[in-house]
This record gives sequence, C-alpha cells and structure tokens, in this order.
Amino acid sequence: MADQPLIYARGLVKRFGEFTAVDGIDLDVAPGEAFGFLGPNGAGKSSTMRMIGCVSTPTAGELRILGMDAVHDGPRIRARLGVCPQLDNLDPDLTVRENLVTYARYFGLSRAESRRRADELLEFVQLGDRAGGKVEPLSGGMKRRLTIARAMVNEPDLVLLDEPTTGLDPQARHLLWERLFRLKQRGTTLVLTTHYMDEAEQLCDRLVVMDGGRIVAEGSPRSLIETYSTAEVVELRFPGMPEAGSRYAAALEGVGKRVDPLPDRVLVYVDDGDAALAEIQRRGLEPSSVLVRRSTLEDVFLHLTGRTLVD
Amino acid sequence: MAVTHAVHPTIAVLERHLTLYRRLWQASVFSSFVLPVLFLLSIGIGVGGYVGRVQGVDYLSWIVPGVLASTAFQIAVGESTYSVLGDFKWVRAYHAMRATPVGPADMVRGHLLYLVIRVTIAVVAFLVVVVFFGGLHSPWALVTPLVCALLTVSVAAPVTAFAATIDHDSYFSLLFRFVVIPSTLFAGVFFPVEQLTAVLRPLAYASPLWHAVELCRAATLGRAPAWPIPVHAGYLLMWTVAGLFLAVRAFRRKLED
Repeated sequence: MADQPLIYARGLVKRFGEFTAVDGIDLDVAPGEAFGFLGPNGAGKSSTMRMIGCVSTPTAGELRILGMDAVHDGPRIRARLGVCPQLDNLDPDLTVRENLVTYARYFGLSRAESRRRADELLEFVQLGDRAGGKVEPLSGGMKRRLTIARAMVNEPDLVLLDEPTTGLDPQARHLLWERLFRLKQRGTTLVLTTHYMDEAEQLCDRLVVMDGGRIVAEGSPRSLIETYSTAEVVELRFPGMPEAGSRYAAALEGVGKRVDPLPDRVLVYVDDGDAALAEIQRRGLEPSSVLVRRSTLEDVFLHLTGRTLVD
Repeated sequence: MAVTHAVHPTIAVLERHLTLYRRLWQASVFSSFVLPVLFLLSIGIGVGGYVGRVQGVDYLSWIVPGVLASTAFQIAVGESTYSVLGDFKWVRAYHAMRATPVGPADMVRGHLLYLVIRVTIAVVAFLVVVVFFGGLHSPWALVTPLVCALLTVSVAAPVTAFAATIDHDSYFSLLFRFVVIPSTLFAGVFFPVEQLTAVLRPLAYASPLWHAVELCRAATLGRAPAWPIPVHAGYLLMWTVAGLFLAVRAFRRKLED
C-alpha cells in the first residue's frame, strides 16, 4: 500500500456528447501528498474530481483510486473518501450536529461513534458552539467548515476539495487554510481544485495546471515558477498608457527574459530586479511607477493559460 | 480507517427522513390525521344521514375504508413530489449521499420505508378514532395497515420516479389535476364504482387506490372484495415492482452526468 499511488490515472478521458471535458490525462498522487488542480473555468478540473470521487464514469482510460478500480469498486472507494463539493449540499432543516451524525450513518458508523466524531469534528472546525443550531443562518465560511468536517467523518484516506474557499472572505479563507494545513500535517492526502494562486502556493506540495482538458504543466509551486517564470517581475507604469504601451515594450526588449505589455502596465520578467532597474535607467526610460516583486504562480498561470477571459 | 457496517445504507437514509420529520411532524398532523377525521364526520355522518345505507351497511361504515386508503394515497403522493424534487434540485441531499457508499437503490428504499412508517402511524391513529364511532365490523380490520403500506409503495414508487425525472415543479400540477384528483374521486372512496357509467369504470380499475379501497372495505366490513384478493394485491404489487425499477433508474440517471 505504501508505495502504491492513491490516485493512478492513465489516458483519462471524459466526454459529454461532443464536448471533451478531460482529454487524456495521467496522474499519480502519493499518500500524504497535498495535490492541486489549477486552471481556468472549464479546464476540466471538476470533471476530473468527479471521476476521482467515483460519481462520474470515465469515458476512456484507466483510473485506480486507493488501489481499486474506480468504475467497479465505486462504493468501496467512496467509503474511504471525504468529499467537499463546490456547491454546498448541507441539509438546511437539520441542525449542525445532525448534519454530521446523519452523514456518518451513511458510512455505516454506529450511533455512538457517529455522535463522538461529530462532536470532535465540530471542535476541530470551531463550530462547537453552533452544534444545536440550524445550518441556514451560518455564514459561508462556517458552512464550508461544516462541509469539511462532514467530509472527515469517515476518517478518509483521501479528501477531495473542489474550490474549497471560493466565495469566502479573507478571514474565512485563512482559517480554512489553517485547518486544511493541520489535516495535511496529520498525514491526510488532500486533492483540491482552485483558481486561486495563493491557495495553491499555501496548500499544495505538487500541482498540475490544466487548460482545455489537458495537463499543461506539473510540479511543485516553486519548480513551476522556476520553469515557467523568472525569479522576479518588474512592473512599470508609463505616462500615456495604454496607447504608448507597445512603444515602451519595444524599448524594454532585452532588459529581461520576457516583456508582457498590459493595458495599464508593462511586466518585465527578470532574474535580478535591481540590475534590470539600472538598465532601464541607463536606457533613459522614465516610468511613472516601479514595482519589483517576486514571481508568483499567477505569473506561471497567466503565461500558460493566457490572459483571455474564459467564462 | 476501518469501515464499519453498524447500519445498512438504506436504514441510514430512512434515519435522515425520520430526523427531518421529528422537526416537521406538527405540520403533518392536520393533513394526515385531523383532516381525515373531519372528512369522516362531515361526509360520513352529515351526508350519511341523507344517504342512509349503502351496500347493506350505514354510510359511515361504508366510507371508513375509503377515507383510510385515500389518506395513505394522499401522503404517498404528496411526500413523493416536491420533497423528492427538492432533495435533487435545492437541498441536493441526494448528491451528498452519492459521495458516500449509499447507492440509488438505498435512497429510493429509504424514502419509501419512511413513507410506510408515516402512513402506518396515520392509518393506525385513524382506526383508533373510528373504533369509537363503531366504524369497524370485523377483526380483519387489523390487516388494513398492511394494505395501506402496500398501496403507499405502489403509488409512491412511480411518483418518486416521476419527481426524479422532471426538472421543474410545474409538472406536479399536471399530476395532481389529471391523476391524483380523478383517482380520489372515482376510486370507490365516496360511492360504489358501479354508480359510474361503464365508460368511466376502467378509470377506477386502473387506479391503485380502488384496489386498496376494495381490500380495506372487505377487511373492515368482513366480506369478500369485488375481485379475488390475489388480483387486487397483485395489481398493487405490479405497480410496486415497476415503480421501484423506474425510481432506481431515474435516481441513477439523475446522479450520473
């Protein structure tokens, strides 16, 4: 079991009629790993997650979860998964605690054990004082924490989180990240989808970038930045933009590895920000504002999947 | 990580419904208990005073089994429409179950078991009241909860299948207008189906409710039903089997993508 990947996929395909949502991907996720799917809307992340969760049948390819076949062993695999879906599906007419106890019973747990785990998990997600209350008045962050507690009720080997912090305010996101980090420290394997770069950098040991149903890049957040971006990025604003933008972009050619003119600013991808600034000054360019920052996954993401808006 | 099996998934689904019911039962007392009793009093005693005797018994005794079975029928249909659609569309409770070892067959069976419990409680409470009005004439009345349970499943299963197939609740008004109301009016609840013209009579024969009314009436009055018992029971069983098959298939399709 130890040297066997928890998720093993080869040539995984999902089609809906004519539309190909997932176009032949390979995956290996090891026990204890925090693995992320990054990509714009419609990249195939959620479809992949649904196949891993054994609620959607692959159109083609091989998919093994926890060493079992995803198509034939669905119930046995699901018994050992924890799922936090993108759309909340808590029972609004049950209390917070009843939501957990009811769900625990779906996994065949005894009544006493279900209650014990419900209370323990409510403490873990800091909802102990809301146990007897209704679900409806909870905030978005509280509901999401409750959904994560629910996903943990069967002590899963693998937890699937589909956009866990979408729509939450910064405080709620940070609390959630902290709880997920604690799960990770306990050795729980996490697989999540996100389109937040900071979330991916915070939580993921390894991630894949998906676009158009394919994996376009794979690695740790650090290695992806090293491979697809530069150490630093210089952001320059010039008077007269956006019209003058392309002229300045041309004048900046050669300062760094790549120049990316945007409507409001020009990005220069460089290994050494200070050296680049000196060169910019030497060329006699006078930006109205200058920002030197470290490269982030966002730069990788935009480089790989483009800046065109996907809806 | 040991997977335990302290409870069957079907029973776990039943428990969810019962937990919800514990919160909402007061609302159902009127429609499933008070209303049938009021019906019995106003029609059975009020109208019965003018009608006199029907098929050799007083009118109240004659409609007791009809009201009994139609109460089961109302609960079975009523609880298999909006609540089933809602658990797919708004609450997404079935999607939540889908992520666990609970399968579509467990969801359907858990729902139907819950309805059988609901109906049994309502029917037994009604019978207890009826005893005081002298509306039961045979110890066979004790089997009427079983008949009502069979009727419940035979009706709730296909309606559940229907609710799991449609995407919008406007279809329910068609169901109520063209299936439920005619079934209740022409299924031998308030008058013998022999009163109907020969053209309309097949409507009664097609309705599961009529078969259950016949069996219940035979039981409470202690006489033979219109058709042989196995025919009535077999007809209800046929709807049950077909309904279960359709409901499980509809759930599976709805939860697949």
